[in-house]
Amino acid sequence: MSTSTTGDVLVDYDEVLAAYDPAMGLEVHVELNTATKMFCGCPTEFGAEPNTQVCPTCLGLPGAMPVVNAKAVESAIRIGLALNCDIAEWCRFARKNYFYPDMPKNFQTSQYDEPIAFEGWMDVLVPTADGGTETVRVEIERAHMEEDTGKSLHVGGSTGRIHGADYSLVDYNRAGIPLIEIVTKPITGLGAQAPEVAKAYVAQLRELIVALGVSDARMDQGSIRADVNLSLAPKGSGALGTRTETKNVNSLRSVERAVRYEMQRHAAVLGEGRSILQETRHWHEDTGVTTSGREKSDAEDYRYFPEPDLVPVAPSREWVEQLRGTMPENPRARLARLQESWGFTDLEMRDTVGAGALGLVEETIAAGAAPQSARKWWLGEMARRANDSGVEIGALGVTPQHVARVQAMVDAGELTDKLARQVFDGLLAGEGTPEEVVAARGLAVVSDEGALSAAVDKAIAENPAIADKIRDGKVAAAGALIGAVMKEMRGQADAARVKELVLEKLS
Amino acid sequence: MPEITRDEVEHLANLARIDLSDAELDHLAPQLSVILESVASISGVAGDDVPPTSHALPLTNVFREDVVVPGLGAEAALAGAPESEQQRFMVPRILGDEQ
Repeated sequence: MSTSTTGDVLVDYDEVLAAYDPAMGLEVHVELNTATKMFCGCPTEFGAEPNTQVCPTCLGLPGAMPVVNAKAVESAIRIGLALNCDIAEWCRFARKNYFYPDMPKNFQTSQYDEPIAFEGWMDVLVPTADGGTETVRVEIERAHMEEDTGKSLHVGGSTGRIHGADYSLVDYNRAGIPLIEIVTKPITGLGAQAPEVAKAYVAQLRELIVALGVSDARMDQGSIRADVNLSLAPKGSGALGTRTETKNVNSLRSVERAVRYEMQRHAAVLGEGRSILQETRHWHEDTGVTTSGREKSDAEDYRYFPEPDLVPVAPSREWVEQLRGTMPENPRARLARLQESWGFTDLEMRDTVGAGALGLVEETIAAGAAPQSARKWWLGEMARRANDSGVEIGALGVTPQHVARVQAMVDAGELTDKLARQVFDGLLAGEGTPEEVVAARGLAVVSDEGALSAAVDKAIAENPAIADKIRDGKVAAAGALIGAVMKEMRGQADAARVKELVLEKLS
Repeated sequence: MPEITRDEVEHLANLARIDLSDAELDHLAPQLSVILESVASISGVAGDDVPPTSHALPLTNVFREDVVVPGLGAEAALAGAPESEQQRFMVPRILGDEQ
């Protein structure tokens, strides 16, 4: 037993599993990368000034009429097909009525009992304790079309949170951006693996979305957001317990942590003989806890009804088959093909996928780098820097083309690995292209043999005892002289060439 | 025949954030029932050959191309707002103390 910073009692994870079976359901919202919103022609650019991308339709002004974005329907069908779903022959939009200022219309245009895609599955590769992987099939209940909400800024109170705020300020730029909500069926029978499977599912769903090219797929910018439904049932009962829905889970790591936290919290509540309240909970990335949100409305409280302003969507079978022809390669087949072509070990492949760097490594190799060089920079250098700064590896600001260019300079002897790291410092600081960083920071390797030779002579003269040892055949002592030369050259010399010079001069 | 109970009206009023007194509930619930019954009488006219429908037009797939159309601009968008601040719509506190 332990207690969270917010006072929730948490049962030790092993004890949770001894007494309960977890069941989870994952809802992932994918913001599409269409140029315009779902039902109007407003642009969808991220980060625009507040309320500059709005019109009468997305502001819900009287008399405004929505019209469906064809590209968004196409993206929805492609996502459905990639998830092995059936595509509806005929479906409608529905109004989901609720009073909350993030939707100016007082309803969200969504789909209710007629989603565009339904009954699919995705095979998720999950790491096992022995270093291998196993496949878990996650059943997809539905993928439906809807629109995003505005963004609220809560003013007053002490925390900037909705509780205790004096008033709120709303920006509707995001209201009406096309969203696809992907809902799994309850995932059961996982036991201790549940948190890992949740993370692997969201990670691999994200990769699929990237391969489809239908979204920016940036969790840090909210273009992919996960809600985690979790419940516990007494071990072996086969029942489903009361669930909570945790929102605001906006990183892969948090998906795993949120599942684990709710399992431990539920077990404590149930262990005291109390029951779980069916409610929405908010995940707090900084403190790693969930807190209670509003009580979850029953579906009937949303008073869904068919949207009268939009006619039904009936994708022709010809269109669906044509879109089926645009499906990206099956993820497992792709992994096998890339591993074969790159010559990576199973462990190297697994780490690359785990770091979210598969596509980055692939592009870096396509840009000319050797597979092991591409892997070394992304998994060694970039993964560490991404972790240090808490951003996704793809969002660092260093591109595959940058990495390939820097490696080409290393291969040509223009940079050492150490200098290359300094080039990455510059790239991360936004100092321009690799060439510009090299020039601005003066990072090129000194290939002037005269300058190198002089530095070696100087080091020998200043370290006569070490020089004598090397003359006597103790080659290992050369390290000290090489270090002195590198220091003199401020690191901008090729250590291998320095060693050659030292040994030549003292042989 | 559809009937709407007093409890249902109270629940709907709550969802719609409308504060109704007991007297208003007593007064409104029977009236809403009458309205529902009147609308439902349409079902009696439609024969078995008339399927339920949500739209008057026999159309599907009315789409637009994914092409940007200039919107209102922030100044025009906020012109009708009762209050605004930081180029955003200002709204009263969202959660009450009791929530």
